[in-house]
Amino acid sequence: MLLIYCPYCGVERPETEFQCGGEAHIARPADPGQASEEDWVEFLYMRTNTKGIAAERWRHTNGCGRFFNAVRDTVSDKFLKFYKAGETMPDLEAIAKEAGK
Amino acid sequence: MSQPFRTEKGGRIDRNAPLTFTFDGEELHGHKGDTLASALLANGIHLVGRSFKYHRPRGIMSCGSEEPNALVGIYRNGDQTPNLRATQVELYQGLQSISQNRFPSLGFDVGAVNDFMSPLFPAGFYYKTFMWPKSFWDRVYEPIIRAAAGLGKPPKSPDHDHYGNLYAHCDVLVVGSGPSGLAAALAAAETGAKVILCDEQAEFGGTLLSESSASIDGKDPADWVSETIAALGAMDNVTLLPRTTAFGYFAHNFISLAERVTEHLAEADPRLPRERLWQVRAKEVVIAAGAIERPMVFPENDRPGILLADAGRTYLNRYGVKVGHKVLVATACDSAWQAAFDLADHGVEVVAIADMRETPPENLMAIASARGIRVEAGCVVTGTLGRKRIKAALLGRLMTSGQVASGGQVECDALLMSGGWTPTVSLYSQSRGKVVWDADKGAYVPGVSVQNERSTGASKGLYGLQATLEDGYAAGEEAAKAAIGKTAKITKVAATGGEAGYGGTLGALPHDRNASRVRAFVDYQNDVTAKDVKLAVREGMQSIEHIKRYTTTGMATDQGRLSNMNALQIASGALERPMTQVGLTTFRQPFTPTTFGLFAGISRGDFFDPVRKTPSHDWAVENGGVFEDVGQWKRTWYFPKNGEDIHSAVTRECKTVRDSVGLFDASTLGKIEVVGPDAAEFLERMYTNPWKKLAPGRCRYGLLLNDAGFITDDGVIGRLADDRFHVTTTTGGAASVVARMEDYLQTEWPDLDVWITSTTEQYAVAAVQGPKARDVIAPFIEGIDLSADALPHMSVKEGTFCGVPCRLFRISFTGELGFEINVSRRHGKMMWETLAKEIEKHDGTTYGTESMHVLRAEKGYIIVGQDTDGTVTPQDAGMSWAIGKKKFDFVGKRGLERPDLTAENRPQFVGLLTKDPKVKLEEGAQITVAENPATGTSAEGYVTSSYFSPALDRTIALAMVKNGQALDGKTLYVPMPDGSIPVEVTGTVFYDKEGARINV
Repeated sequence: MLLIYCPYCGVERPETEFQCGGEAHIARPADPGQASEEDWVEFLYMRTNTKGIAAERWRHTNGCGRFFNAVRDTVSDKFLKFYKAGETMPDLEAIAKEAGK
Repeated sequence: MSQPFRTEKGGRIDRNAPLTFTFDGEELHGHKGDTLASALLANGIHLVGRSFKYHRPRGIMSCGSEEPNALVGIYRNGDQTPNLRATQVELYQGLQSISQNRFPSLGFDVGAVNDFMSPLFPAGFYYKTFMWPKSFWDRVYEPIIRAAAGLGKPPKSPDHDHYGNLYAHCDVLVVGSGPSGLAAALAAAETGAKVILCDEQAEFGGTLLSESSASIDGKDPADWVSETIAALGAMDNVTLLPRTTAFGYFAHNFISLAERVTEHLAEADPRLPRERLWQVRAKEVVIAAGAIERPMVFPENDRPGILLADAGRTYLNRYGVKVGHKVLVATACDSAWQAAFDLADHGVEVVAIADMRETPPENLMAIASARGIRVEAGCVVTGTLGRKRIKAALLGRLMTSGQVASGGQVECDALLMSGGWTPTVSLYSQSRGKVVWDADKGAYVPGVSVQNERSTGASKGLYGLQATLEDGYAAGEEAAKAAIGKTAKITKVAATGGEAGYGGTLGALPHDRNASRVRAFVDYQNDVTAKDVKLAVREGMQSIEHIKRYTTTGMATDQGRLSNMNALQIASGALERPMTQVGLTTFRQPFTPTTFGLFAGISRGDFFDPVRKTPSHDWAVENGGVFEDVGQWKRTWYFPKNGEDIHSAVTRECKTVRDSVGLFDASTLGKIEVVGPDAAEFLERMYTNPWKKLAPGRCRYGLLLNDAGFITDDGVIGRLADDRFHVTTTTGGAASVVARMEDYLQTEWPDLDVWITSTTEQYAVAAVQGPKARDVIAPFIEGIDLSADALPHMSVKEGTFCGVPCRLFRISFTGELGFEINVSRRHGKMMWETLAKEIEKHDGTTYGTESMHVLRAEKGYIIVGQDTDGTVTPQDAGMSWAIGKKKFDFVGKRGLERPDLTAENRPQFVGLLTKDPKVKLEEGAQITVAENPATGTSAEGYVTSSYFSPALDRTIALAMVKNGQALDGKTLYVPMPDGSIPVEVTGTVFYDKEGARINV
């Protein structure tokens, strides 16, 4: 079971308190009416499904209820970074390099 | 009390505590400290079971959890637990055990005919044999296979034991308490780190408990174990867990331990659990799991009386049991020699040591010579005689040509073998570490750590007592430093002896026998022979994963800890590829078989899942209500009166609602309070409908889509004030709708000033429906004008019910005049009982979920999740009216414009009337154009809801049908096994099409 750090509560808690919300930094088009067919399908369905370093959304469902983001190595399940929703996406390549990947 | 194979003295058993037990009904004797296996061996019993496939007689082979043969059933509390390893079952007074997989008896087993027919059962025989004819699949083959499957018989009664569960945190978890594990625990504990030490055996100490030739600080190793455990036990920062198997290593150093709490006791405190699941989060882990000895793959290597050499030594030194009177030792490495010496020292006749090596070490030769033991160097066992017990062994001389020359026959009643040692890398492998081949050690050993763990001692292929102790100390120090950043000086001990462990052989051994007629077993439990592995390769299996599944080698309860390396070597030879290129199968959780009870813990019966009850629950129980489960909720299904069946009860309930009035508990509906200056804007974006112009005091039906454009939930939403909405959802969707609202609010529109609170549990809701509904509630409501003008259909007002605050909705899910009264949950019982009494004055009835479904179906109201399946758009459902087309955006708006969702030929929501009004369709039944469609014809749609309608006195159904709305009046068919049912396509509203009854 994963140990997850909630950047809002400032604590590490077991996975049972959280729900994974899939890939992070997929923005819903601001004006969906103007989104092309490709853009909309991309937004709805297309995910990178990274093997390696990936940013994903988590929600502290059974805690503060807030959504936040985490960088996880999907191979080893190691978390490399936690940050609040709305913060810019970190440089995954740099994180990967630092982790020796 | 005779135990003919018990030594005069020695061993760790308590000779002053004799015990009586039974095996297959025979009364036998043993001692406290025995395992069932050691006690059976003390009585001269080797034959304890029959093998899985060939029903060959099998004996005890090992002394640990890897035991493949000695699986027994243990009777306890009136039922038996099957498949326990006799090597792990601790003896207690009155223990009752039985052998398995034999009929009618262990000695005479009719299944043994399989052994003589074994040429018919090669690897993969079931893939080849049970193919044809097809008609035999269900009626012949499956019953035969099912009858033959498994070893033990499952218990007949529900598990009468209970199980515990606890979570623990520690700085350092040490798995295994042999020399390296104890040293690691000591070193870590001295720093003050919180340490848990667990071992699957009853006693700590591992191999030190059976070590005769080594010493630690000049002492018997077992004495050092006692001192060390006493010292550790006295430390507050140490938890000692014997009889505890670390069976699973999961992500982020989460390790599951199974502690056997009471099973070894003749009489246990009933308050104690049988087993306890420890879920440990360890900052650092030291794996000191040791190594296990490999069997040698020679023909007929599976006879009772053939044991692993170190097991023979352990039975002697730890349990005071001689495995035989005339013992042959076959080996390819040093360690087995010590077993021969110890046996000779206890007066056992060692008929010979057959060592495959041409020149065994001189020091060993000298000791053997001093004891007068015959040594056959360069010699291999080529076969054995004896059916239920080994009688003799055939020896073969290894020639430089690679051929084997007959070396004669030696009589023996036991054979100890050692093909070398295999480090136990299971936990390391479970931690997702990749093992690497160490050519020097001739073993796969742990490679780079993926998690915070390190292996120590024999589990990483390190042998010799001094070396393993030093390595253990270092591992413990390193773990503590990593966990808490501290080190401590500790007094380290010096040891001598226990050097053996290196060397050995892999794979099938050469022999001079007719290869087509002999069988050398690789995986004992699954009856896989060396020939089977070769056959698998001949039949095209290239990967070890395929060979494993085709032959079932390594799929026994030890996960191949005994067999893998031998199978790998055989496969490598057959594939003509180096072993390291053949690959290795993955070790997975659990390490040893683990009971379902342990996983279930207290989550069984009433505790399986939380039960949610409505305010009317007790009243419904008292008044004969029949319940159904809706998710975690217990809802009243119907209220039978005077012995009514469900059909009569529902018919009466529905008629009463339409004629006078009905009372229904709607408390399970999801409720969400949406509050804030931007609440209307937020709902505008979430739901398809427009909300900004909805006046306070009014309600609207809301439809919730996902961004793909499909219906996911619905419910009535009331506006209480400019900045406050009372949102209702489906019963099942309550939690997910809140989660989705939070998701959009927090991550897409964080600029909106809105607060979302789940209030499902805060309100009790009574639905009063029917022409007399107003009369029923009127006496209790204050502060609200109930007249049709002041409170029209789809409105909401706040007032009081019997003096307590309420939110009164005028809404209807029946098509009748209806109200839903929301009061604080603690007043729910009062409200229900008040109304239940009141409706009696109006010839009303309480009604349950079944009538609710019928009443709504008569009106064609959809139930999300029953009439929709996640691929239905509002247009498909005939609800285009619910879409705010002028809105800039809402969740799903863009999705609805996608070509597939606007295409022709989409399934549409329609009503169906069977031509015969008595015939009720089956929900889920397929719909076709042709009366008797040819096989392979695609269905035009399917039935989503089907009921008998009391109002129409006939059956009705709702369905999704391709282009259904254009087929009004047309005849379609519902083909069923008893014939095709003709149906007419209609609108979805069957009753009161004008909706006049709702506006009164």
